Amino acid sequence: MSQITAPPKTGESAGAMPNSYATGKLPKFVPWAILAASLVVTFAIFALFAAADPEGGFNTAAAVFLGVVLYGIVLFVVARMIEGTRRAKDRLVTTLVTLAFLIALLPLISLLSTVLLNGTARFDLQFFTNSMRSVVGEGGGALHAITGTVLMTGAAAIISIPIGLMTSIYLVEYGRGRLAQAITFFVDVMTGIPSIVAGLFAYTLFVIIFGPGVRLGVAGAIALAVLMIPVVVRSSEEMLRLVPNELREAAFALGVPKWLVVLKVVLPTSIAGLTTGIMLSISRVIGETAPLLVAAGYTNNMNYDLFDGRMQSLPVFVYSSYVSQGTEAQAYLDRAWTGALTLILIVMALNLLARFIARAFSPKLSR
Amino acid sequence: MTAPAPTALIPAKQRPGDRLFSGSALVAGSLILAVLAAVAAFLVIQSVPAVTTDPDDISILRGANIVEYIGPLVFGTVWAAFIALVLAVPVAIGIALFISHYAPRRLAQGLGYIIDLLAAVPSVVFGLWGGNVLAPAIQPLYTWLEQNLGWIPLFAGPASGTGRTILTASVVLAVMILPIITAICREVFLQTPVLHEEAALALGATRWEMIRMAVLPFGRAGIVSASMLGLGRALGETMAVAMVLSASGGITLNLISSSNPSTIAANIALSFPEAYGVNVNVLIASGLVLFAITLLVNTIARIIVNRRKDFSGAN
Repeated sequence: MSQITAPPKTGESAGAMPNSYATGKLPKFVPWAILAASLVVTFAIFALFAAADPEGGFNTAAAVFLGVVLYGIVLFVVARMIEGTRRAKDRLVTTLVTLAFLIALLPLISLLSTVLLNGTARFDLQFFTNSMRSVVGEGGGALHAITGTVLMTGAAAIISIPIGLMTSIYLVEYGRGRLAQAITFFVDVMTGIPSIVAGLFAYTLFVIIFGPGVRLGVAGAIALAVLMIPVVVRSSEEMLRLVPNELREAAFALGVPKWLVVLKVVLPTSIAGLTTGIMLSISRVIGETAPLLVAAGYTNNMNYDLFDGRMQSLPVFVYSSYVSQGTEAQAYLDRAWTGALTLILIVMALNLLARFIARAFSPKLSR
Repeated sequence: MTAPAPTALIPAKQRPGDRLFSGSALVAGSLILAVLAAVAAFLVIQSVPAVTTDPDDISILRGANIVEYIGPLVFGTVWAAFIALVLAVPVAIGIALFISHYAPRRLAQGLGYIIDLLAAVPSVVFGLWGGNVLAPAIQPLYTWLEQNLGWIPLFAGPASGTGRTILTASVVLAVMILPIITAICREVFLQTPVLHEEAALALGATRWEMIRMAVLPFGRAGIVSASMLGLGRALGETMAVAMVLSASGGITLNLISSSNPSTIAANIALSFPEAYGVNVNVLIASGLVLFAITLLVNTIARIIVNRRKDFSGAN
């Protein structure tokens, strides 16, 4: 294997027996040293470029990128000389895999930091207490959008939680044979419905009832429900399957009817998981824009009535402020960023709460 | 009829409560099938006028017929989603391997949560970020690509001055589908039988050789289906494309110029608020095409997932 390339380094500890497990292996600090060295080299080169051409400026991104590429190459060559080809390949893949993770962090950090930076400009009391009614330039707020989001998401939840929960109960407790298979398959298919198609469906449903051009809050709620039901079914099904069969059988043995077993044994045991799944599904649909844009339209006015006229929602508010910037573009952009920040905060809060519930209230299954 | 006790010969007593409960569970389950059927049926019904009306009377078509109108949109949809997939899959596999096999055990779950954070960001925020931050930041790269790699048709240019090209939209899409693909790949990689991994390591394989010999062959079907699910999501994604891309229509393979094909979903979102009359039906017809495409992709993905369940030792 790789004993052939014993470097003169081992000669330093003359007298001691050469450790056959440690020879031909790079010490732990070497990769870090190479990384530091290659970054220093590329930064020096780019600093020279910047000095030669002051207008170009210092290109940090390119320096870091080329530095990492240089690190990968140098490490590969060094490892190949000392450790052999196989270990060199291993080190190369380790570099690439770690790099993939760091690359994925870049957009996340950039996105969160820009939303935080730009969103705080209008994150004030006025934003949460005013609507956009007869606001042209600065000022105004998103109260109407927040109200609309709460109403429509709430209505969607009221529609989809019973349907989703009962479907998962059917799949776990009752369903056998073809119908259950078909439902499982089509729930999976339904998960993949593009959100805008759900919006078009809700729109066509109400067009058939009320005639063309109709935009209603309840249509938006139905579009969201179409997107939400499969998520609720999936997560609740998983949770119900986690309930140990012994619990059901013990109840049956005591002569409890099946529906009471489900109601009093299965559901209470899995209630934490069910709540978590439902909250996650709400956090998924609360950020949906396209279906609401199509089915509920947008407006600058407050609307409390799901069954009368257009209704604004927070994601559509962000979209419409961004797309139709008025005379004072900056004011519209600021509002869009603040809306985005509010939206992210709501989604994060729902997610954290869901995880907290899952952790705090889950039954202790393992003894 | 429901049979609560499969082994017993005596059928269980059917109480009114039982009937009501199992009946409502059955209704709820069937309702899902009904909703899916209704989605397809209503879209078809509303698409009919778009096909039967004389194309010259539909203002949104601008003289073309409906196939010529939807065709480039289909191309744009598939093209943008395909590029997003090409960008996202290698990175997603890398991240999944990093979390499942490279990161220290204690950190692994936390790192998984960080990637899941990306999935929690609403698409409209991605659109805002892509249009305001990513597009200006990535524009110099397009100029560089045009100058140095212009001989490749993909980068023929002239480079867009705003950076709002189909490549930018695809990058945003790639970021959006990354968490889905990563999550599924991670699950599959973690399911690799530990004995296989340890056997490979015991024979003297390095970590990469172990992954290539034990983990990747085991997870191949999982990677494929994860990619297909990501593709399905990318095909249907609306807001990110609508807010990032400056579309001019037409079919072109050029990734960095200012003339870009639009996608079905983005086109609906941009045109729907102002549409009237038969124009609405044309947009609904394009939505039906999108529905059919995603249905196809998702069904294939599910079939692969289910086949894998049958044959692998997992579960």
